[in-house]
Amino acid sequence: MRDVAKQATDAVDDGPVDDGGGNLGSAERVHRRDDSSAVLRLSEAEAAVLVGDSDDSPTGDVADQRMILNMGPAHPSTHGVLRLMLEMEGETILRSKPVIGYLHTGMEKTAEDLTYLQGPTNVTRMDYAAPLFSELAFCMAVEQLLDLEVPPRATWIRMLMCELNRVSSHLLFQATNGMDLGAVSMMIYGWREREEVLRFFENVTGLRMNHNYIRPGGVAADLPDGWQTDVERLLELIPPRLDEYDTLLTGQPIFRGRLQGVGVLTPAEALALSATGPILRSTGYAWDLRRDQPYLAYEEVDFDVIVGTHGDSFDRYAIRLNEIRESLRIVEQILDLMPAGDYRVQDKKVTPPPRARIDESMEALIHHFKIFTEGFHVPEGETYAAVESPRGELGCYLVSDGGPKPYRMHIRGPSFVNLQTLPHLMEGGLIADGVAVISSVDPIMGEVDR
Amino acid sequence: MAGADVADTVGTEDVAVTPVGPTAWGVPVTEAFGQTVLHPPVDRWLETVAACRDDGYVMAIDVTAVDYSAHPGRTDLPESVEPERFEVVAMLISHATGERVRLRTQVPDSDPVVPSLFDLFPGTEAMEREAWDLVGVAFSGHPDPTRILMPEDWEGHPLRRDVAIGRIPVQFREAPPAR
Amino acid sequence: MVRVPVIGDVSHVMSDGLEGLEHNFVTARIEDLVKWSRARSCWPATFGLACCALEMMATGAAHYDLARYGMEVFRASPRQADLMIVAGRVSQKMAPILRQIYDQMMEPKWVISMGVCASTGGMFNNYAIVQGVDQVVPVDVYAPGCPPGPETLMHAILTLHDNIQNGELTRRRQAFDGGAAIAVGEKGAPTDQPVKLDVR
Repeated sequence: MRDVAKQATDAVDDGPVDDGGGNLGSAERVHRRDDSSAVLRLSEAEAAVLVGDSDDSPTGDVADQRMILNMGPAHPSTHGVLRLMLEMEGETILRSKPVIGYLHTGMEKTAEDLTYLQGPTNVTRMDYAAPLFSELAFCMAVEQLLDLEVPPRATWIRMLMCELNRVSSHLLFQATNGMDLGAVSMMIYGWREREEVLRFFENVTGLRMNHNYIRPGGVAADLPDGWQTDVERLLELIPPRLDEYDTLLTGQPIFRGRLQGVGVLTPAEALALSATGPILRSTGYAWDLRRDQPYLAYEEVDFDVIVGTHGDSFDRYAIRLNEIRESLRIVEQILDLMPAGDYRVQDKKVTPPPRARIDESMEALIHHFKIFTEGFHVPEGETYAAVESPRGELGCYLVSDGGPKPYRMHIRGPSFVNLQTLPHLMEGGLIADGVAVISSVDPIMGEVDR
Repeated sequence: MAGADVADTVGTEDVAVTPVGPTAWGVPVTEAFGQTVLHPPVDRWLETVAACRDDGYVMAIDVTAVDYSAHPGRTDLPESVEPERFEVVAMLISHATGERVRLRTQVPDSDPVVPSLFDLFPGTEAMEREAWDLVGVAFSGHPDPTRILMPEDWEGHPLRRDVAIGRIPVQFREAPPAR
Repeated sequence: MVRVPVIGDVSHVMSDGLEGLEHNFVTARIEDLVKWSRARSCWPATFGLACCALEMMATGAAHYDLARYGMEVFRASPRQADLMIVAGRVSQKMAPILRQIYDQMMEPKWVISMGVCASTGGMFNNYAIVQGVDQVVPVDVYAPGCPPGPETLMHAILTLHDNIQNGELTRRRQAFDGGAAIAVGEKGAPTDQPVKLDVR
């Protein structure tokens, strides 16, 4: 017995513990008294000295209390793969840095490899909550280079789809914003409405998301029969539900307390940081490309530009909520004003022929072949086209060398630029407010990282 | 000289920024699809942008870079401008007039450095980091000249034309050679 | 193996005595119960990366309810999750983090690769995207689509549940040593040295 015990103690090489009872191991570690112990033996008074008095000016000791906290990229509330490095003192955020690139897909490089007809499939996956806007910006740039005039019906169809896409994107914002702030049932309500809009999209484009519907020259297919009934159904369904959101969120003291005064931005700061969209408008600065630099047919419809007053997160929430109402107002007008006609330009070099024609005409067959294998050539030049996406100014800078593929395509993603406001919005706030601020900026990492 | 040209352009009847003759703000100007494009040389980059900002162009929409090594014979430059390998493009907008202006500067391969616009427009910080990361044009005076999209230890600049796209051969058919 | 008793029918007990009691008991193998419960209460870890994440959220929302399969609780902490649905494209920068989250999950764990970008790299065959998440973590079910609609994702989830329940995945795990082709070093190593993982 004693031999075994001795063997045990010898094997683990500790001090003279004679337990005489078999292989219990060594207990020396728990006998330590000094600083090498695992137990932090600190009295309350000593701890208070380390933390520092609030009257003290920041000395070296107090500055040591700052810590760098890493939030993300795998985080439930960072809206995708956004990583934030936060320098914090206690619960207060002092400085922060958004670290991006976790979703970098090389889309701008891929665009140099795809023809102009395939281009929308690539750009549509950048801002995946509002894919039609990216397609629209790209197609507008291509059409500028081609000097192509899109037929009126195609323009109005594009406007209809884009406004409904704005509705679905803002509903997504309502859902995720509510959930981030703790109103978890908003997630279900927002998605419930969004499903209705996505059902309409599936009916028209064939896909719920990433539609590849807006193509250079027009749209991929005409609106199906009975689309007016579907749109009217949406127009009846969504406004009462928006009033429900008002009941649930807008008037509630807790919701207001969490958002009002949180993440405040002045107009000068927003302009200096190149912020656009609801962030810029929340500061009171009324700039909306649909009204100030009209594209498509926005000059012929009536709508208001929603502007905030305080530049805080509550304003951004309210702006997006009311923009849904304005978009539905535009959609109602489109219902009456939609012209008849072609849904894509009748230019044989750009638009593929209808499938049935391929059997009848050799020329149609050749055009189809050339467009889909080599792609149509776009004259040399460079241009920039911008649209007002739900997140801000979404632009496409396109350089063509006369070939069938873009030489350089650069998308000015609004979330990429708006993300620069994040450190300024979060400065001096609590970390819980940080979540509210990220949510109110509404970044979509697909277009941040591209 | 730049000041004189600015005085000429400000106060014209139509819009403050109508280019007068072949220059505007003292640099060559062209027009592309109804958009004004200025071509300042690199050493006048900052002052031209500053002059535009003083003229009401309050926001920098975007700053990006293009590698023209695979398309050297571009024809949309004015005669006085010598094309180089890289081009840095900045886009500004004036909210008061609704006018946009685009500035393109030629950056040689031997010295791919351009002054940073951060002091004029802090919003260009992330845009310039991306241009550095993906195309390899450096911005002097930038507060944080590090990679933003690629991993920090990545070597090379992916959007340059001499860098392959990195496609892997797909197994189930005659795979094209790796590019 | 599970016999459902006829509730309230005590006639057999009265007439047969103890032999009749078997109709009031549910009998099963413990393994089956364990597999049944694992399949029915499979909590996903939040790993939505890109567009597929929106469809994953739509699957969890009211219209295509995932709660009927016991899966509406998306756990933020990987320690509390059983299933990682890799929803979206995995970039080079994200791959180590994906692996880290996978390693932090407790066994038994499963992976669904949702969408073509996660399965094979999708339409982005370039320098930035990992061509298939199975180069980083072992995948149990692949769901194709760009993005896969909620019905496709549910089909993938139900396929996974079936495979959990009929033991197929446990069999594979045993054959390939934990599925991730990682072998832990010998047991009983001295504690003052770190445990080495031999990666095959």
